[in-house]
Amino acid sequence: MYDIVIIGGGVIGCAIARELKRWRLKVALCERSDDVGAGASKANSAIVHPGHSAKPGTDMARLNVVGNQLYDQLCQELDITFQRCGSLTVAFDEDELPALESVYQDGLANGVPGMRLIDRDELLRREPNLNPEAVAALFAPTGGIVCPYELTVGLAENAAINGVDVFLNTKAVQVKRNASGWTVCTGQGDFDCAAVVNAAGLYADIFNNQVSTDTMRIIPRRGEYWMIDKSFDGAFRSTIFQLPGKMGKGVLVSPTVDGTIIVGPNAEDIDDRDDNTTTRAGLEYVYQAASRIWPALPRRALITNFAGNRAHLVRHDFVLGEAPGAPGFFNAAGIESPGLTAAPAIARELSAAIAEYLHASPNAEFQPCRPPVRRFRTMTMAERAAAIAENPAYGRIICRCEQVTEAEIRDCIRRPVGARSVDGVKRRTRAGMGRCQGGFCMPRVVAILSEELGVSPLQITKNGGNSIILTAKLEAVSREREAEA
Amino acid sequence: MNAIIPIDVLIIGGGPAGLAAALAAKAAGADDILILERENELGGILRQCIHTGFGLHIFKEELTGPEYAARYIAEVHAQGIPSQCDTMVIDITSDRLVTCVSAAHGLQRFQAGAIVLAMGCRERPRGALGIPGARSSGIYSAGTAQRFVNLDGYLPGRRVVILGSGDIGLIMARRLTFAGIKVEAVVELMPYSSGLKRNIVQCLDDFDIPLMLSHTVTAIHGKGRLTGVTISKVDADLSPIPGSERHIPCDTLLLSVGLIPENELSRNAGVDLDATTGGPVVDNRLQTSVPGIFACGNVLHVHDLVDHVSVEAAEAGRQAALAAVGRSLVAAESAVAVRAGDGVRGIVPQRINSETLTTTPVKLMFRPSSVRRNAVLVVEADGVPVHRVKKRILTPGEMVELSIKPDFFAAAKPVRELCIRCENS
Repeated sequence: MYDIVIIGGGVIGCAIARELKRWRLKVALCERSDDVGAGASKANSAIVHPGHSAKPGTDMARLNVVGNQLYDQLCQELDITFQRCGSLTVAFDEDELPALESVYQDGLANGVPGMRLIDRDELLRREPNLNPEAVAALFAPTGGIVCPYELTVGLAENAAINGVDVFLNTKAVQVKRNASGWTVCTGQGDFDCAAVVNAAGLYADIFNNQVSTDTMRIIPRRGEYWMIDKSFDGAFRSTIFQLPGKMGKGVLVSPTVDGTIIVGPNAEDIDDRDDNTTTRAGLEYVYQAASRIWPALPRRALITNFAGNRAHLVRHDFVLGEAPGAPGFFNAAGIESPGLTAAPAIARELSAAIAEYLHASPNAEFQPCRPPVRRFRTMTMAERAAAIAENPAYGRIICRCEQVTEAEIRDCIRRPVGARSVDGVKRRTRAGMGRCQGGFCMPRVVAILSEELGVSPLQITKNGGNSIILTAKLEAVSREREAEA
Repeated sequence: MNAIIPIDVLIIGGGPAGLAAALAAKAAGADDILILERENELGGILRQCIHTGFGLHIFKEELTGPEYAARYIAEVHAQGIPSQCDTMVIDITSDRLVTCVSAAHGLQRFQAGAIVLAMGCRERPRGALGIPGARSSGIYSAGTAQRFVNLDGYLPGRRVVILGSGDIGLIMARRLTFAGIKVEAVVELMPYSSGLKRNIVQCLDDFDIPLMLSHTVTAIHGKGRLTGVTISKVDADLSPIPGSERHIPCDTLLLSVGLIPENELSRNAGVDLDATTGGPVVDNRLQTSVPGIFACGNVLHVHDLVDHVSVEAAEAGRQAALAAVGRSLVAAESAVAVRAGDGVRGIVPQRINSETLTTTPVKLMFRPSSVRRNAVLVVEADGVPVHRVKKRILTPGEMVELSIKPDFFAAAKPVRELCIRCENS
């Protein structure tokens, strides 16, 4: 019996799980994938928005601005890289100036601190690679960048350290009332609890509609992205937004905390919530729309592309709190952009409401920090020498492109809510994310996973389910053929 | 941190290039040589190339990759040349300070008299091609699959489509067929294969594996494991032709779509790179733009045959040894620029330093930019044709070598630019 079962291990579910442990509560988190952050949380713009683009008066606007302010402390506690690189919303012709002014006014209404309009000269001085047709921009110094899956993993790990039971490969299918509260039925058995948190992302409507009279319909809205090679690190200092308009609505160009550049997304409503395929047309549109920001956008430097689906609601605001007609069933639904930014604020607000509902007492043992993650890549030479002296596995580089060592890979598997697949290792360490995209390191990552998890390499997957990497041992097939002959 | 270790010739990479360079450096009089290798054994990519076809030029016999490597490794051991495996170089500076890490020796720093870059190349990944579709498992570069099969003993799938007809892809088509795997097709974007003719015959034709020229993969299907690919015919501009789509069910897609010289370390050292070859700009001694740093093998430009790598690397090793003992650390001041004209791509070396020429001919290596029959290669000195060579067939899949006699550069009027172009006869 749990006090709370959280459905969904995305950034929202994990942030809520961690935040709930500030109270003396027994919390379980059910995630259908083999890893946390495997849905929308791994495939988005990786932006911490300043908060000028949400409509004043909405929860989106309020929680965006509050969430943004919580980021410094949260990332420090979890040892997550966070950079306040600032953001620029750029007008590319005079016709766009009224729209720029309106974004500025919305920002003021939402309480975004430090914004100022800057002219073309200052803009091009700040961003020399920007399309010189730009006429003016809104600079927001609180804009930032973060790695969203690193954050989600950090939140989950810290939640687990604080006693949250994280159940992976555990797909919730049905939420039902029972005599004293709720039962969450999953593929791995039923969980009884006093309260449920619906953080199911693209599937949040399904659980809400099982219990509440106020139904909703999530529309999967796909966004496609390109990643640009690290050799262009520094091409842009800040995140560059375009104004909504005829071209490139929402397509941004932004540095990432890892030194790559992200370009995207488009927006296309689709039917299949799990369909994260990229399309020729979508990718070309993103490329063209981003070229408006960055005319010299280099095609040869595109290292990969991906798509993520946003959990869009027609009402276009977050749905937070107890669902009507379902006491103890708390929604965190319709979390699309700026959901990543708002996550810490959503978690704080919702967990306070749940704690009040359950009359919970504060947990004096809450540990807000997680043990730091040592990264060879960011160590000084002296630190590297010391790390190898202490643990020789820091001297064995597995991923050449991103300089990830064997020690880091083993550590990310052994940590609470550790990696269980090649993509899990990749998201935690960046092994396989560089320009060779795992060509060299993937076989070695498979071998390490197999060793650490004590299973055959044939059981290692790319990202859980049937995404196996290898299909048979060589000699097994040879024997089969001999038998046939 | 450990003290800086002085060394005469430091060789980065223990594959075919590094091994041949080390032996030649030794023969040229260098005694203090070290090979640094990131894998746990010497031999480089040859370790996983268990097919035959190596050594025809150098040893006049057909060897497997490991056999070819073993001959060099045995000689390196016989000569007492030290090597350190499981060691990854993480930085090279322009004044030849090399930093590397290993589990056994921790972080080490070497001050090298001369450096030979022999890091090889890597395969172009899916992302760089921008093939849209699902992010299924079962998509590998051909060399990764080769490693899984030949070194690790595991099969990557049961039913395979290969995109790109580079040599590794062709070799893998045959290797997987031997292992009982169905290879559905090799799909090539260009109207010609980038692989060697002999590999097309021996790896595809002999096994009735179709080579689909002017086709490409336009979509990838499969949540979780790959379930199939869509292939389309392409037009003369290499754009997919709508309506020509065809679905091929498969659980594996191998990519053999090009090799990229691995020059991240070279860039750190300030070595100028050639946008066409992807490797360093070198002179006739295979010295890069940074004095004392030499390059050879696939890190310099992608070769077709390992025998050619060995020959080139031997020259780099020899020059490095001479440089290390202080004889020729001069930058190329009075260099002749070498330029690729019409129909020619990626000439190496890019500069000829006439002051350093000896009696041996200068070897120029390059690729034709398209397939041509009955073509003529024209060498021009400052715009004046000076040399013509007839070629019955030229194809981008096979590197061309032209030798120029050194006395050509000793002529009364100094040449400023040498150009090679290709014309129809």
